[in-house]
Amino acid sequence: MPSLKEVKLKITGVKKTSQITKAMNMVAAAKLRGAQEKMEAFRPYTSKFNETMSNLSGGTTNDFPLMDVREVKKVELIVVTSDRGLCGSYNSNTIKLAERTMRAYEAKGIEVSLVCVGKKGNSILKKTGKVRKKYLDIMASFQMFNAREIAADVADQFLKGEIDQAEVIYGEFVSIVSQVATSKPFLPIKPVEVAEEEKKQISGDYINEPSTEEIMDVLQPLYLNVMVYHALLECGAGEQAARMTAMAVVYNKARQAAVTSELMDIVGGAEALNS
Amino acid sequence: MANQIRLEVVTPTGAIVNEDVDIVNAPGYGGDFGVLANHAPFLSTIKIGTLTYEKDKKRENLMISGGFCEVSNNQITFLVESAERGAQIDVERAMKAKERAERRLAQGKQSDENLNVVRAEAALQRAIARIKTAKM
Repeated sequence: MPSLKEVKLKITGVKKTSQITKAMNMVAAAKLRGAQEKMEAFRPYTSKFNETMSNLSGGTTNDFPLMDVREVKKVELIVVTSDRGLCGSYNSNTIKLAERTMRAYEAKGIEVSLVCVGKKGNSILKKTGKVRKKYLDIMASFQMFNAREIAADVADQFLKGEIDQAEVIYGEFVSIVSQVATSKPFLPIKPVEVAEEEKKQISGDYINEPSTEEIMDVLQPLYLNVMVYHALLECGAGEQAARMTAMAVVYNKARQAAVTSELMDIVGGAEALNS
Repeated sequence: MANQIRLEVVTPTGAIVNEDVDIVNAPGYGGDFGVLANHAPFLSTIKIGTLTYEKDKKRENLMISGGFCEVSNNQITFLVESAERGAQIDVERAMKAKERAERRLAQGKQSDENLNVVRAEAALQRAIARIKTAKM
C-alpha cells in the first residue's frame, strides 16, 4: 500500500499533467481561431474565382494543356499534414488514406510518386521511397507563395508528361470535433459543368482582353494555387482542432490511469487486512 | 452616387478595398486601362503593377500582382494574389528584394536554371512595382 506521501505525489503529478494539457488546449484554441479567420478571409476570393472560372469555361470548348485527360500511367499525390504531433489521429488518418490510395493505384499497375507537405507525413511516407519532393516547416505560417510554389512544381511535372494525374490528400476541417481525411482531384483540371441558361447569360456581351483562351491560360495556374492554399488552410485548422480534442483525451487518460492504479492498491491493501 | 463605380479588390487574405469610386486605372494585359462608371462588361487579366483609383479628388495607389479583373453591373472586381496600399509599402525592403532578384538573375543566366530565373524575374517585377507605387 502506498504511503500518504506517495499518494500526494501522484495527485500533484496528475495536476501537473492537467496544467500542461490545459495550456496546450488553450494554445490550440487560440491558433484555431487564427486559422479559422484565415479561412474566412479566403472565402470571398475562392467563391468569386470559381464563379469566373465556370463562367469562362462555359464559353470555351478548347483543350488546355492543364485539362489534358490522358491514359494514366503515373499519379502524384500531394499529401498535406501538420509539422507537429500531439494532435490525436489527425495526421495518421491522412497518411493512412494516402497509403490506401497508393496501394489501390499500384494494384492497377500505376506508378505513384508523392509530394509531402508537413513533417509528419514525410517522416512516415519517406519509408516508401516514393517521395519526390517535400515541403517541411511551412505549416506554422504559410502564405500564398508557398501554395504557388507547390502548385507550379506539380503542374510543371504534369506538363512535362512526368505525371498524368494528381490528387491532393488532406484532413478536411468539418468542425471542431470532426476532421475527415479527404482526397481531391488536382490535375488534370476538370471542366466545370454549367447549366444551359447560364451559359447564354455568360457568353453574352463580355469584352475579353486578351482572348478567353489566353485568360484561361493565366487563370488555370492561379486556380491550382487556390486549391493548394485551400488544402493548407484546412490542414492548419484541422490540426489545431484535433489537438484541442486530443489534449482533453490525454489528460483524462492520465487521470484515469492514476485513479485505477490507486484503487487497485487500496483494494489490495484492504484485502490484505481482511485475510 | 450616380457617377461612381463600386471597386472591390479581393485577395486570398481578405478584401482590401470595397467602396464607390470615381475612376479606376489598372495595369491590364494589353496595357493600362481606365474604367469609369457604367462601363460595359469586361474581363481582363492583370499584370504586376499599380492600381490607382480616385474618390472625391483624392488618389489612392495600390500595388497589385497576378490575377484578373471583371467589370459588370457598374462594379469592378479585382481578384489578385496580393495587394498593398502605397503608404504601407516598406520601400527599403523592396529595394533589398530588388537587389537580391537582380543578383539571382545574373547568377541564374549563367547556370541556366530555368525555374529560378522565372521566379527571380517575377520577384524583380514585384519589387519594382512596389517601389514605384510607394513613390507615387
